[in-house]
Amino acid sequence: MKKHQWRANTLPSLVTVGPVTLWLLFFVAVPLIYVGVMSFCSLDQYYNVTFQFTLDNYKRLFDVNYIKIYGQSVLIAFLTTIICILVAYPFSFLIARTKSKKKMILYMLVIIPFWTNSLIRIYGWKTFLGTTGWLNTALQFLHITSEPLELLFHRGTTVLGMVYCLFPFMVLPLYTAIEKLDGSLLEASADLGAKGFSTFFEVILPLTASGIFSGSIMVFIPALGYFFVADILGGGNSDVIGNLIERQFQSGNNWPLGAALSIILILITLLLVKIYQKLGGDMESLGV
Amino acid sequence: MSRQGKRKTKKGIGIAFCTCVYLFLFLPILVIVVNSFNATTSKPYLTWKGFTFDWYVRLFDNGALLSSFGNTIIIAVVSTLLATMIGTLGAFGMYKYKFKGKGVIDGLLYIPVVIPEIVLGISLLSLFTNVNIPRGMLTLILAHVTFSVPFVIFNVRARLSGYDNSIEEASMDLGANRVITFFEITLPVLAPGIAGGALLAFTLSIDDVIISYFVNGQTKTYPLKVMESIKSGVAPDVNALSTLILLGTIVLVVLTQSDFLKKKKA
Repeated sequence: MKKHQWRANTLPSLVTVGPVTLWLLFFVAVPLIYVGVMSFCSLDQYYNVTFQFTLDNYKRLFDVNYIKIYGQSVLIAFLTTIICILVAYPFSFLIARTKSKKKMILYMLVIIPFWTNSLIRIYGWKTFLGTTGWLNTALQFLHITSEPLELLFHRGTTVLGMVYCLFPFMVLPLYTAIEKLDGSLLEASADLGAKGFSTFFEVILPLTASGIFSGSIMVFIPALGYFFVADILGGGNSDVIGNLIERQFQSGNNWPLGAALSIILILITLLLVKIYQKLGGDMESLGV
Repeated sequence: MSRQGKRKTKKGIGIAFCTCVYLFLFLPILVIVVNSFNATTSKPYLTWKGFTFDWYVRLFDNGALLSSFGNTIIIAVVSTLLATMIGTLGAFGMYKYKFKGKGVIDGLLYIPVVIPEIVLGISLLSLFTNVNIPRGMLTLILAHVTFSVPFVIFNVRARLSGYDNSIEEASMDLGANRVITFFEITLPVLAPGIAGGALLAFTLSIDDVIISYFVNGQTKTYPLKVMESIKSGVAPDVNALSTLILLGTIVLVVLTQSDFLKKKKA
């Protein structure tokens, strides 16, 4: 009987699930635990990480300049998420419920830009908005402005870049949720005398809320870390938490401090995912 | 205004709105394409000096750029194959067999999906440094498999949710063993999910900037090459390569899509 159990269940489950389990343990669990440990470590005089316990890294997290950047980063991520919802919702609604045969093409047109490397597209924005860029040239040519406008290196430019990079992550879950909407429900609501507005707020919105929730998770969290957008378009004036971490692991060369800063991002992620699950969000829909 | 007229204006507003969104999405790509034909030769390559095809020719003399593109393709192909293999096996096993710790594996799977990429990037960098794995092609492949495996598993799982166990039983009743049944019966049924997962893994790998940035060492991928060149201004040959890549992917998709449509009709 024992032997049968081994052949029928234990062996095949080891063969199938074993590799991915080992992979996740070695390359996800162990590295993250190590970062947690490192956040309590010190540096020796050669800037090497030594295993000497300290709380200094955590004390430094409360530096006023850092706190300003956390606030700014959360503000940028928040604005990005709100703008994505406001634009992506009506947009997804229109393309998901169109009766046109070109529906599939309309959907693909959202994905296609993302096959071009994201860095070079962000650089494209920089070229477009620069003082000698297309927009400024056009504005001056049309005599709307006499001098080039400084459109780059503002917080708003960083938000624009974040919205640009993360927009499809809002569209995809919304599109899926809206496409699932049963047309007869909308008719029923109208038949029962509901006006457009109340149909929207009482029928459509609750039924598509799951799409808004998963989209928001997929937009807000990455926006805290996309340091290259803040670098290229914000020019150091609108850093996000990702910039702080990047600096400690590259030029700053203070890995324990960088590790402690990463713990902030991990905690924010955990908190948001918990809220998401409380709201009834399905983890699987974040991945497809 | 008549009812029909009202509906028409509504439709018009909708179309105008969607057009604006598409313009927003394609604007930087237009900039890239136009700049790939710019005859300028001086940094930062922003002033328009006339139209030329030169950069598409010169591109093939830029060894560093071409080899970075080669690296990107090698890493994407190898990491997609690995992620698809262990991901498919894993998804199947987690669906079919009972064992302890399933919840833990599930939890670990969600981490690379929701955690900011930079955190995964610095964690892997710290691990590789600590255990002395030299950074390069190997570490890039290991990292890329790590962030794409969950997406393969989710895709295969979505396919498994409608899976009919009895066809496996039938196969075994007819005398096929477990391994043959897996390859001859299970895999073909799961194929669309596996293909979807693999495609996603490949796309993620090709475009990855943040994680590669931390684990690359001296091996440059194409996105990292772009990152390097951004400091001094992206040269038109980089734009030319991007344009060619985009054209390539669009042609590929049109071919596979039209093939798909034909099959659907038949």
